Amino acid sequence: MDRAAVDAKIRELAEPFNKKGIEIKEDTTFAGDLEFDSLTVMDFVAAIEDEFDIIISMNQQAEIETYGQLVDAVHKQQADR
Amino acid sequence: MSEGVSQPDRPEPREGDGKDLFSKFDDVIAMREGLLARGVEDPFSLVMEQVLSPTRAVCNGRDTILLGTYNYMGMTFDPDVVEAGKQALADFGSGTTGSRVLNGTYQGHKDVEDALREFYGMDHAMVFSTGYQANLGIISTIAGKGDYIVLDIDSHASIYDGCKLGDAEIVPFRHNDIEAMEKRLKRIPEGAGKLVILEGVYSMLGDVAPLKEMVRIAKENGAMVLVDEAHSMGFIGDNGRGVVEDAGVMDDVDFIIGTFSKSVGTVGGFCVSNHPKFEIMRLVCRPYVFTASLPPSVVATACTSIRKLMHGSNKRAHLWENSRTLHAGLKKLGFTLGTEEPQSAIIAVIMPDLEQGAGMWEALIKNGLYVNLARPPATPANMTLLRCSLCAEHSEEEVSQILDIFERAGKLVGII
Repeated sequence: MDRAAVDAKIRELAEPFNKKGIEIKEDTTFAGDLEFDSLTVMDFVAAIEDEFDIIISMNQQAEIETYGQLVDAVHKQQADR
Repeated sequence: MSEGVSQPDRPEPREGDGKDLFSKFDDVIAMREGLLARGVEDPFSLVMEQVLSPTRAVCNGRDTILLGTYNYMGMTFDPDVVEAGKQALADFGSGTTGSRVLNGTYQGHKDVEDALREFYGMDHAMVFSTGYQANLGIISTIAGKGDYIVLDIDSHASIYDGCKLGDAEIVPFRHNDIEAMEKRLKRIPEGAGKLVILEGVYSMLGDVAPLKEMVRIAKENGAMVLVDEAHSMGFIGDNGRGVVEDAGVMDDVDFIIGTFSKSVGTVGGFCVSNHPKFEIMRLVCRPYVFTASLPPSVVATACTSIRKLMHGSNKRAHLWENSRTLHAGLKKLGFTLGTEEPQSAIIAVIMPDLEQGAGMWEALIKNGLYVNLARPPATPANMTLLRCSLCAEHSEEEVSQILDIFERAGKLVGII
């Protein structure tokens, strides 16, 4: 799957969690812009993990602040599989 | 009432010296100020001026029933336990002033580890200075860089801190979700070390883990299993060994972590295990090595208490009666509870929000009842909870008094 396809899929998965319908760009932050709390993060991460059959550990999550970084991390992981 | 106990500190903005490292706490400071500005008694600076028994104390000047102490088996004033402590204090002095691996292992430390081995029927027991350190030490030492820890998202702070200290990859799953746990285990790269961490009883809602299935799946996937039984020791399972015993998985669990600060009635933590190489932990586990060991009086009280808990079946039965009566009574009064049925000695009453929770806590304390107020971020789903933990020494009469106070307070605050 190329980066654009990963992006499209994650965008789709993010939709139910983006309650305020904020426009998601590459530099949109999860904690700041999207106001994700820890529970939302868990559910969102679980949805991505299940979709791509990967693990995004809490250690990796701590390094991911923006939407673009998330797409990069998922793209890299599923490419490495 | 004591002067000042309900007064919050009033921080002044600090000038100069560059960035104030305390600025990251501004949100918490603001939340606390907002709560106390409404004149509520501070739930987080209660002082017990006198402790009368495992179930009674004078708190902020009032005679109070204690319903939030985790003193499940009421061992803190047991005459044999107190006597053992006095004797050890007289014979061995007030403290060891040393690490367990240097000058800090006295006869009493060996005795309490023997008592634990017998209590759990396990080959090895290792005593730490607190339960927090037991989790911190064992987890961080056995799961290091490149290993994977799969754990319940609602795990205790000491478990998360142990994970972080050890530098393993941390993979949480939704609370008590067997399928979510299994999926994550199966995704771990081949050849990596795997540790599954579960708790017997989760202290926030007082609910129990489905250990039978979870432990089986963990083993099938080649993981070692650690279960924290802090909130079940002494009264769950036929011999009080905890949820692992009740679920029939004692032999499949690699490590049980526990504490002396709940049912045992003093302070300290431990790990028991049948792992053949377990004793090496005494040399490689930093939170065990680089701290002073427990004082002789503490290990003596713990040892006596643990041996008495082996024969505590009447007390266990009464504690369960108390738990069932309180659960049914609160439900009938119209409170929302953390579990549909009582699963442990913790009953969590769910509050609509922090403001009403604090109001309810205050109404209870003013009517002579102490419970724990638990608030985000320590709580699951950002709930505000009034956490009640029962004691085997609560009389039937005290439980009915507790229900009366809840009814009065609930109506006053308008929750029921």
